[in-house]
Amino acid sequence: MTDDTGLNLFQQQEANRRRTIWLVIAFVLFFAWLGFGGDFAYWLATSDAAPETYHHTFPWFGLVMTAIGAGIARYGFVTGPNKVLWSTGAVKLEDPQTDKERQLVNVVEEMAIAAGIPRPDIWIVPDSDPNAFATGLDQGHSHIAVTQGLLDICSRDELQAVVAHELGHVKNLDVRLMTTLAALVGAVALMHDGVGRLLSSGGRLGGGSRGGKGKGGGIVVIVVLVLWVISWILAPIIAQFLAMAVSRKREYLADAMGAQFTRNPMALATALTKIESADAPTTSIKRGAAHLCIADPLGRRANLREGGLSDLFATHPPMAARIARLKGMAYQRLKAEGQFPAA
Amino acid sequence: MGGVILLIILGVVVLYGISAYNGLVSLKNQTLNAFKQIDVQLKRRHDLIPNLVNAVKGAMDFEKSTLEAVIQARNQAVSAGANAGPDAMKQVGAAENQLTAALSRFNVVVEQYPQLKATGNVSQLQEELTSTENRISFARQGYNDTATQYNTKQQQFPTNMFAGIAKASPAELWEITDEGERAVPQVDLSMKPRA
Repeated sequence: MTDDTGLNLFQQQEANRRRTIWLVIAFVLFFAWLGFGGDFAYWLATSDAAPETYHHTFPWFGLVMTAIGAGIARYGFVTGPNKVLWSTGAVKLEDPQTDKERQLVNVVEEMAIAAGIPRPDIWIVPDSDPNAFATGLDQGHSHIAVTQGLLDICSRDELQAVVAHELGHVKNLDVRLMTTLAALVGAVALMHDGVGRLLSSGGRLGGGSRGGKGKGGGIVVIVVLVLWVISWILAPIIAQFLAMAVSRKREYLADAMGAQFTRNPMALATALTKIESADAPTTSIKRGAAHLCIADPLGRRANLREGGLSDLFATHPPMAARIARLKGMAYQRLKAEGQFPAA
Repeated sequence: MGGVILLIILGVVVLYGISAYNGLVSLKNQTLNAFKQIDVQLKRRHDLIPNLVNAVKGAMDFEKSTLEAVIQARNQAVSAGANAGPDAMKQVGAAENQLTAALSRFNVVVEQYPQLKATGNVSQLQEELTSTENRISFARQGYNDTATQYNTKQQQFPTNMFAGIAKASPAELWEITDEGERAVPQVDLSMKPRA
């Protein structure tokens, strides 16, 4: 893990974007291998067979898998935002009554201007634990929800910082990215079982064709097949791990975007400190929306420290690391303005 | 074979050119839009001030001069904005800066009278005022961020080769025109009576 605390906010954005791209490429390659690896092995196995027997030239298995994955992703897209909002019991804020609610509306509008996106719909979750999340498919149709607890404990600047973080997610189309990855993880898990059945028949066919010409081809078939089977056994874990790695990078990126919109990284740092010290799980936000929140609503211990196996499956980076990076941005900013001696 | 490779390379170059051209055009429009957004927010402030003045007029008889300064600055800003030509940008900027200064003086005055803050909707209006000032500065910041992105794209290789075709020209950043605003405020914490 590289240390990003020495970078200013634009450099941090750049670094996080680059890492996401590599992770998504790895995800796509892994998914393609799961889908088309079997076709490849089957093709290798049948390529030497007698002309009148079956030749596996059309990669139907990979295509079926891609179609199922795309179907689940599409379904997640269309129903996702409403489902998430409904499951948290959020109430749409249309006619603000209290001073705090008016402030929230103003802050959201200010940040929408800073981000250059249309104003999202505003929702309030009746939960006393401070948290916030954003959802929506594109910049034009987005929703931002904050809990009552967040409204109660945050100052205007801190509220602004939290909203800016969420609009960072909206601006980066993180909701779309994470929904897609979650759907692919789901598709992998779903097909995990079905593949077991397919493998046995594939193995039989592979064995039957080995009576053909070269022995070398047979060894390649076995190696590819074994690698593919091992990939499938580990698939749910690896897919989940890749998706969570993307999620953590997007959190850092949203922090840096939020700092760009407010130009006040310290406000987000103090807001995160307050959210952290509240230390209770946000009971009304379920696991499915965890990756959209500003802080892990489940309060899982994995988010507390960096490194170790538990870190691989956290949706959010450790709070201390996020706060350290934000303070780094604030320091770089003061240094650039000449208010600090160069370190 | 050589011909095919050449054709593929040519195709890739053309595709890249199209995407670079479209990227520049979209950034240009975003920059224009961000600039208009500043106007929208300035207009919003002009509309808000009469309400604000009405709300506090009765309670603020003792601070008439502050209130009058706000009204005057507002009217000047409105008229400067109304007949703004392309070269009147400086005038508009100066008028708006004066209004900003008058409003911040007003805010300081309101803070001095707790009973005023407590009466009716003054605190609500103050929140509106804070938000309006924020919107204006965020609109400017948003414009500067977009314009910087646009300028960088124009200068970077290889997009710079398509800047001429896309009729892209460097966008000017919003800067503080008033030297007084740039100065770091002097805060005296020594508690000594001023000589």
